[in-house]
Amino acid sequence: MQRTALYQQHLAASGKMVDFAGWEMPIHYGSQLNEHKQVRGDAGMFDVSHMVVLDLHGPEVKPYLQQLLANDVARLSVPGKALYSCMLNQQGGIIDDLIVYYLAADCYRLVVNAATRENDLAWMRQQLAGFNVELRERDDLSMLAVQGPQARQKVMALLPALLPDIALDAAAELKPFVGVALRDWFIARTGYTGEDGFEIMIPHAQVAAAWEHLLAAGIAPIGLGARDTLRLEAGMNLYGTDMDITTSPLVSGLGWTVAWEPAARVFNGRAALEAERAAGVPQKFVGLVLQGKGVLRSHMQVVCAAGEGEITSGTFSPSLGVAIAMARVPAACGDSCEVVVRGKLMPANVVKPSFVRNGTPQINV
Amino acid sequence: MSNIPADLKYAASHEWVRDNEDGTVTVGITDHAQELLGDLVFVELPDVDAEFGAGDGIVVAESVKAASDVYAPLTGKVTEVNEALIDAPELVNSDPYGDGWLFMLEVEDMDMMAGLLDAAAYEDGIEEA
Repeated sequence: MQRTALYQQHLAASGKMVDFAGWEMPIHYGSQLNEHKQVRGDAGMFDVSHMVVLDLHGPEVKPYLQQLLANDVARLSVPGKALYSCMLNQQGGIIDDLIVYYLAADCYRLVVNAATRENDLAWMRQQLAGFNVELRERDDLSMLAVQGPQARQKVMALLPALLPDIALDAAAELKPFVGVALRDWFIARTGYTGEDGFEIMIPHAQVAAAWEHLLAAGIAPIGLGARDTLRLEAGMNLYGTDMDITTSPLVSGLGWTVAWEPAARVFNGRAALEAERAAGVPQKFVGLVLQGKGVLRSHMQVVCAAGEGEITSGTFSPSLGVAIAMARVPAACGDSCEVVVRGKLMPANVVKPSFVRNGTPQINV
Repeated sequence: MSNIPADLKYAASHEWVRDNEDGTVTVGITDHAQELLGDLVFVELPDVDAEFGAGDGIVVAESVKAASDVYAPLTGKVTEVNEALIDAPELVNSDPYGDGWLFMLEVEDMDMMAGLLDAAAYEDGIEEA
């Protein structure tokens, strides 16, 4: 199993280590619930070095990405600006979801999932045919996500010590969904929790020192368990759970990430998505809030007047104190349904799949 | 490592049993079990006066990770349940042998206590697992 450059730090912080996509990662450091609340109320940090950073260089990188991705990198014109996109096969199935940063006209950076690494790389290399583009794996970079209402302020207070002798204004002034290279670091105002914060790429040799500084400043380490409940509350999809190669963006709540215009842009999967849309998308992706006591889990069956559906990810929401879920249900499903919870039908409300953002409930419970 | 009090009896399925010496026992899950489950978020308790056979599922403990059945370690009738867990399931994590107890059982045949594990045998069992 692979270990990140922060493995010893996880052990020192009493991390309970588990196998995650071939990496030995901390699931929690004692209490997943406390870690979740720490991020919603203050600031916490996640080692996400298992994620895959890829740099694409070359004169034809823009048209390459315009074919590769369902979202359109032409939307990116400010250096450092990020875009969330699906990478589709020709059938419209999702190979992976990713973030792409525009760095320069001939240079983009992608962050893809660890579990899909080999498959993504094989597909992206195959798609390189005919384009003057070079793909480089950035295995020299670790990645820390620092998230929470106090995250940016706490990080900015420490940066002068970590990156001495350079101007840090660009990091202080970052707008949401924009990143900036600072020496050999890359700091982006992005995340996977629904809170403000940074995702920071740091050379392996420097990441342990950064971690120790952040820890000393009261930024608690947060495990992958809380990362999952935080992203679910925020209504952010998880690849392999909420969508995969067998599902299109249109049935995964990701229609908003498909750039249909300009109509002349031919991207992988476009024809399949257009056919799916023309035929009428039979399912929709929704949020569920359980009425009563219990916990929603992935693969539970959903029953509504219009037919049956399935929970793709579910949990107990630590912020709201109720069970919440994302589910794929018939398109005609109304605002209530039932879920088969351990053999019993329990009522649930159907809502938009966004439950907590910036510490604020998005639904009434 | 996990705490296994010597004065309790245990089932291999990770319940502890305290003899109240009045024909009833108090039952909870072990420190080892709560650690495996992670933070509890919901405990489904049995009805008072309900009867269970040894090995029957009697409580559902739902953690952030998964739902797990807790089994009746002995045959008997429920006399009391820990209602504090309805609002504070985390007591099972913070104090599994004290405030995190689950239910009390009026036991049909106290001689069956002899069939449960002592602390040493339970510890051996979880080390092998």
